[in-house]
Amino acid sequence: MVLPIVSSVLSAAPVGAELAINLPPPASLVARDIHDLHSLILWIILGIVIVVFVPMGIALIRHRKSLGHPPARFHDNRTLEIAWTAVPTLILIAMAWPATRLVVAMKDAAREDLTIKVTGHQWKWEYEYFGEGVRFMSNTSTPREQIEGTQPKGEHYLLEVDRPLVVPAGKKIRLVTTASDVIHSWAVPALGIKQDAIPGFIRETWFRAETPGTYRGQCTELCGVGHGFMPVVVNVVTDTQFASWMQEQKELAAAAAANAAKTYALDDLKVMGEKVYAANCLVCHQANGMGIPNVFPALAGSKLATGDKAAHIDIVLNGKINTAMAAFGKQLSDLDLAAVITYERNTWGNRTGDAVQPADVAARRK
Amino acid sequence: MNTTTISDTASHHDEHDAPTGIARWLASTNHKDIGTLYLWFSLFMFFFAGALAMLVRAELFQPGLQLFQPEVFNQLTTMHGLIMIFGAIMPALVGFANWQIPLMIGAPDMAFPRLNNWSFWLLPAAGILLIATFFVPGGAISGGWTMYPPLYIQGGMAYDISILAIHILGISSIMGAINIITTILNMRAPGMTLMKMPLFVWTWLITAFLLVAVMPVLAAAITMLLTDRHFGTHFFNAAGGGDPVMFQHIFWFFGHPEVYIMILPAFGIISTTIPAFARKPLFGYASMVYAVASIAFLSFIVWAHHMFTTGMPVGGQLFFMYTTMLIAIPTGVKVFNWVATLWRGSITFETPMLFSIAFVCLFTIGGFSGLVLALVPVDIQLQDTYYVVAHFHYVLFSGSAMAIMAGVYYWLPKWSGRMYNETLGKLHFWLTAIAFNITFFPMHFLGLAGMPRRIPDYALQFADFNMISSIGGFMLGVSQLLFLYNVVQCIRRGTPAADKPWEGADTLEWTLSSPPPYHSFVTPPHIK
Repeated sequence: MVLPIVSSVLSAAPVGAELAINLPPPASLVARDIHDLHSLILWIILGIVIVVFVPMGIALIRHRKSLGHPPARFHDNRTLEIAWTAVPTLILIAMAWPATRLVVAMKDAAREDLTIKVTGHQWKWEYEYFGEGVRFMSNTSTPREQIEGTQPKGEHYLLEVDRPLVVPAGKKIRLVTTASDVIHSWAVPALGIKQDAIPGFIRETWFRAETPGTYRGQCTELCGVGHGFMPVVVNVVTDTQFASWMQEQKELAAAAAANAAKTYALDDLKVMGEKVYAANCLVCHQANGMGIPNVFPALAGSKLATGDKAAHIDIVLNGKINTAMAAFGKQLSDLDLAAVITYERNTWGNRTGDAVQPADVAARRK
Repeated sequence: MNTTTISDTASHHDEHDAPTGIARWLASTNHKDIGTLYLWFSLFMFFFAGALAMLVRAELFQPGLQLFQPEVFNQLTTMHGLIMIFGAIMPALVGFANWQIPLMIGAPDMAFPRLNNWSFWLLPAAGILLIATFFVPGGAISGGWTMYPPLYIQGGMAYDISILAIHILGISSIMGAINIITTILNMRAPGMTLMKMPLFVWTWLITAFLLVAVMPVLAAAITMLLTDRHFGTHFFNAAGGGDPVMFQHIFWFFGHPEVYIMILPAFGIISTTIPAFARKPLFGYASMVYAVASIAFLSFIVWAHHMFTTGMPVGGQLFFMYTTMLIAIPTGVKVFNWVATLWRGSITFETPMLFSIAFVCLFTIGGFSGLVLALVPVDIQLQDTYYVVAHFHYVLFSGSAMAIMAGVYYWLPKWSGRMYNETLGKLHFWLTAIAFNITFFPMHFLGLAGMPRRIPDYALQFADFNMISSIGGFMLGVSQLLFLYNVVQCIRRGTPAADKPWEGADTLEWTLSSPPPYHSFVTPPHIK
């Protein structure tokens, strides 16, 4: 049984040439400084390893009873003991000095060019560009089938999103992080960033990406069932690309606002709702609407999804306290909410025939 | 189970208070029996939590979700950590304390024998509660052994049961610690001054003070979680004026000393075995004592290094970085002293010595990765990645657990009166040491490359190292069955052990018979 496993590891060896064994290539000044600091520390450690383990190796090889080595009786040496307390102290000071300078630099979020609010939700990120009126959700876009193994996994498996964060290269981007439910952590190793997003509090960090490109990371604070499926993708673009992207987002936002006033047919709502469900509800309530027994309630045939429409809208809007059920009113548009509620009320054998309209949702908002 | 079968000659005078059968164990006030109970309990929990780790490694063998849904996976990682810490490592070390402290200081028993019984028998209750949570609606807790709110507030009834279980474990630890402190301070044989105590006793004295100091802090933290969950308080809820990060401060004020609670007695074991097999006195005894005391003191002022990414002010980050780096100095002193003890010794390589040498090498690697993590900028990159998982397994498995194995092989002849199989012991050692490194060394690379911990599925770039790590993990798990087999065989049909089977051993327990009489040192020995 072991042999096939070993051979499959060996056959993976050609890939082994590219195995990452160090911090990712840095894409910001801070990440480069961290990379260099880490390398410096490794060299110092190598020096200590030699000083400690060479004598130990010599003792283990030469001072053996089997070689007839008689035991010495010494058990003290004042000079030696002072030396091996003092020298490490000096080495530590040598390490602390560059680290301190870098800590101070990393904390300096002033004189930013652009501020973006990053909000962690179970299990997606929300980005809001201050002063631009642009705000959107960033969900994982890895298909469920790839995770379950019924489809081959793509190149950026688990590290891809529907709408990445887009920022201009060379500009100082200030991030303010928070969360709506539990603690999350926003991390992009290539940019040297990891900042917890804490519900009810604002934290700040910053980065300046040097060259255009796509940089990937993940949520790094355990946040529940979807923790492993909460990627961060940052697209760093040129100034002109950024300006046109921003324009596009504003037009999208305006169009979405206009849609809220329209009335939709049930089937159209269901089609839209299925996508919203997949991005926001499926992790807990599952694709078949059955939930996970005793952990996440089923929607198929449930009282909520087949009974009073207003009660259903309320719970989706406001969430349920002390559970993983978030207040989606703060995350989704009226149209998305209307669509997903309609979907839930007309799928998996639920046949209410209700076509919930954006206006119905708007009416229930407090 | 009869690790302490009484030889007829040794116990003729105490048959009247040595009950047999189940009552002997349930009602025991004998430090040797209670020590044995602690060790068996811990071994069972070690295998249970180890089995959970096998399931974790099986899921992580390949990318994708194969065996478990994320909810179950999170339960496995959480319970693996919680049970290994509170059910395996801590009780094992208390088992050593029970057996060895009275024997090493020449005391007849622990100071409070009935309290000792109660301290142990609370453990199975807590253990059953913890294991039972897998079968309650919603399954076991899945928010990580660190229990961070608000995630912990979201869970089902397992969360309340676990809080109760941890309270019970805490009470057991506090009572055990009080017993140990009282025993050491009051019951040493005449002539045994504090600075003549074996280092193992010193490490446990300091550890016991840490336990008394921090277990109530943990109790406070989880009680606040409980009231937040059920009684409408908002200690950790910003909407009610609380702060989720405050939990982390309280938890790690307990949590960092807790780390040393698990390693200081291990230092004590290694400081006993290395001189014994180098046939040379421990180098720098006094500085070892001071180093342990300094580490214990520093453990109270480094807690926030677990929280560098929560976003604390620059002054806070620098303070906790400096204090954390300071720990390297006393820890370095200990390693240098062990190397100096080996230097110009007359070394032999029996199983306990092999584990001890591996401890020095591998624990030092864990120390180095700790130093890397102490540096705030590097920690920002590595916090909550597999680098941290590698780091704490190097200090907890190749640190605490391998020291415990060294100690078991070292003292088993004394405890059971029989020798273990040396060939099997060495085989167990080499398989463990090799498999351990195959399992955990690649995790450094995974963490540097950015793989977060506590995820059930991962990006393709992490696949190769995860597969290697899983193979190593299965080897490591299977190898421990050899340990169990060797211990059981030793107790049942090992060859009789001499009173002092190790040439270089020089502490008091070796002056007794193997196994020692049921009641030893009834008249205290006199220490010159």
